Amino acid sequence: MTDIRYTKDHEYIRIDDGAVATVGISDHAQSALGDVVFVELPEIGRVLKAGEEAAVVESVKAASEIFAPASGKVVAINTALEENPAIVNEDPFGNGWFFKIELADAGELAQLLDEAAYTDYIRDLA
Amino acid sequence: MLNDQGRPTAPVRNGDDSDTRGTFTGNRALAQEEALIFEIGRVGTTGVDIEEPTAFAPRLGGLARQDGIGLPGLSEPEAVRHYVRLSQQNYGIDTGLFPLGSCTMKHNPRLNEALARLPGFADIHPLQPLSTVQGALALFDELSRWLRELTGAEAIALPPKAGAHGEFCGMAAIKAAIAARGEAATRTVVLVPDSAHGTNPATAALLGFSVRPVPARADGTVDAAAVAAALGPDVAAIMLTNPNTCGLFERDVRAIAHAVHEAGAFFYCDGANFNAIMGKVRPMDLGVDAMHLNLHKTFSTPHGGGGPGAGPVALSGRLAAFAPLPYLKQDGETFTLVEDEASAREAGAAPLGRLTAFHGQAGVFVRALAFMLSHGADGLRQASEDAVLNANYIRASLGNLMSVAFDRPTMHEVLFDDAWLKGTGVTTLDFAKALIDEGYHPMTVYFPLVVHGAMLVEPTESESKASLDLFIATLRDLAHSALAGETERFTGAPHYAPRSRLDETRAARQPVLRWAPPP
Repeated sequence: MTDIRYTKDHEYIRIDDGAVATVGISDHAQSALGDVVFVELPEIGRVLKAGEEAAVVESVKAASEIFAPASGKVVAINTALEENPAIVNEDPFGNGWFFKIELADAGELAQLLDEAAYTDYIRDLA
Repeated sequence: MLNDQGRPTAPVRNGDDSDTRGTFTGNRALAQEEALIFEIGRVGTTGVDIEEPTAFAPRLGGLARQDGIGLPGLSEPEAVRHYVRLSQQNYGIDTGLFPLGSCTMKHNPRLNEALARLPGFADIHPLQPLSTVQGALALFDELSRWLRELTGAEAIALPPKAGAHGEFCGMAAIKAAIAARGEAATRTVVLVPDSAHGTNPATAALLGFSVRPVPARADGTVDAAAVAAALGPDVAAIMLTNPNTCGLFERDVRAIAHAVHEAGAFFYCDGANFNAIMGKVRPMDLGVDAMHLNLHKTFSTPHGGGGPGAGPVALSGRLAAFAPLPYLKQDGETFTLVEDEASAREAGAAPLGRLTAFHGQAGVFVRALAFMLSHGADGLRQASEDAVLNANYIRASLGNLMSVAFDRPTMHEVLFDDAWLKGTGVTTLDFAKALIDEGYHPMTVYFPLVVHGAMLVEPTESESKASLDLFIATLRDLAHSALAGETERFTGAPHYAPRSRLDETRAARQPVLRWAPPP
């Protein structure tokens, strides 16, 4: 089972190996947003605190902030999204990732929702 | 932070082939297609006879243009037809009911236009000697007096040219007042409820503040306790809209103002929704320090395709000294303009600076004052009452079919959500597009964001009962159709407009912002 966690703001964070984790938005999020037309990503090297605004995603109707699910330093960004933001809609958990962070404290992830809890959470929203 | 965006858009051809086979000209009877002016104009053609300039020595040196600029030329009748045809493709308040929530699309009485065209207002120039425009300046002063009376303000800043510009002016005055207290470095946060217009956080950010959101309560209003909890020595101001964007009056507004002032901060009120309370409530009595007034909404002047609007700002006694340049001054019978900072400071003011080259939108001021004078104090009050009555009539007539977001009497606009569409396969966007087929401009959709699939309807006081009844009957027919599973009426809508569903996604992803001649 992959170690993936979710926030109530619909970001996901998935541990890649050891201390580096990938951040993106959930399938529910991309579906609710509609067609994504613009993504603004953080700068590599930026140190984020959990809950801090890290990126912006804009769809046809609205712009939404993407918050860092956990604290850490940005080590990679998905520049492909700048050219083709549609990937967020097509493959949110794969090629549509936003950025990778080096976790300051992997223990923070324990406070986030696991797959089952997130599934329950979005069912309640519907 | 996500909201439902409705159906992803894709280009849809209008109807079947027989519908689009079209005519030889591309026109449909008297509905004219119209090409871009660059496509029909010819370089070198002109509608006026200008003498060829005699030889002269250009003084532009190496900066002189080498080639022509390729502007299209049209004869006068061609130019007239081009713009008249474009205007006929537009939908405005003169065409029909325009229920765009949060925009107050009310009728612009023709009396306003007659007065704005008087040569003493229409044919003057801002650089004329002031002695020759005393009448216009007296009108500015009279407008200002009415706005002070309606808001309870100490001063009115006339220059701002639109609502967001007015927000900028009011917040800049607050920033100047905070700097004057020596707190510029410490008070850096502005509180903005999450139901606010997007311009509010944008204004705060543009002025260098950071934004702290205040969540709405389940009933759609702002909680005074939540504001109190968000306040601190780092807070410069709160930006609140009252009535708010859900069409609800913020009942705790006085408690909020009190808490904000206790914490040493200022209260900016977004005046976008003043049409609900004009002549009923003076915002300064609620503790407001600054509020803009959209003359193009509340006071009936044309919205005019995004301009010209006007957004004068009401300032309380705590902020009046920081009003922008230029401002009016009366010496006996004579009006002058205070144009420079030195003279303002001599008079004890501390202007925040200059926002516009001149003194604001003079033509709009004439129309707004004409609206006020022709209505009188009692008429303005009744206009607000009728606007609120019309919104509640719509709410009461549709509430048993469509779901109202907040089940209580509303102010000047009524907010529906998309709970009633659940399971129908029809989204808010589809529903709005189907309204175009019925000949109406859609309501505001997906705003405010705090409500799922929002539809915000603002009829204004301009509509008669017959007009409202037809609009309501149309919405009821559409709603029954959606609930009966007739999704094809909605998913491809509009079916009968000259253009069907536009591909908004592609327009946003691959915008073409500059015309180029076909290769």
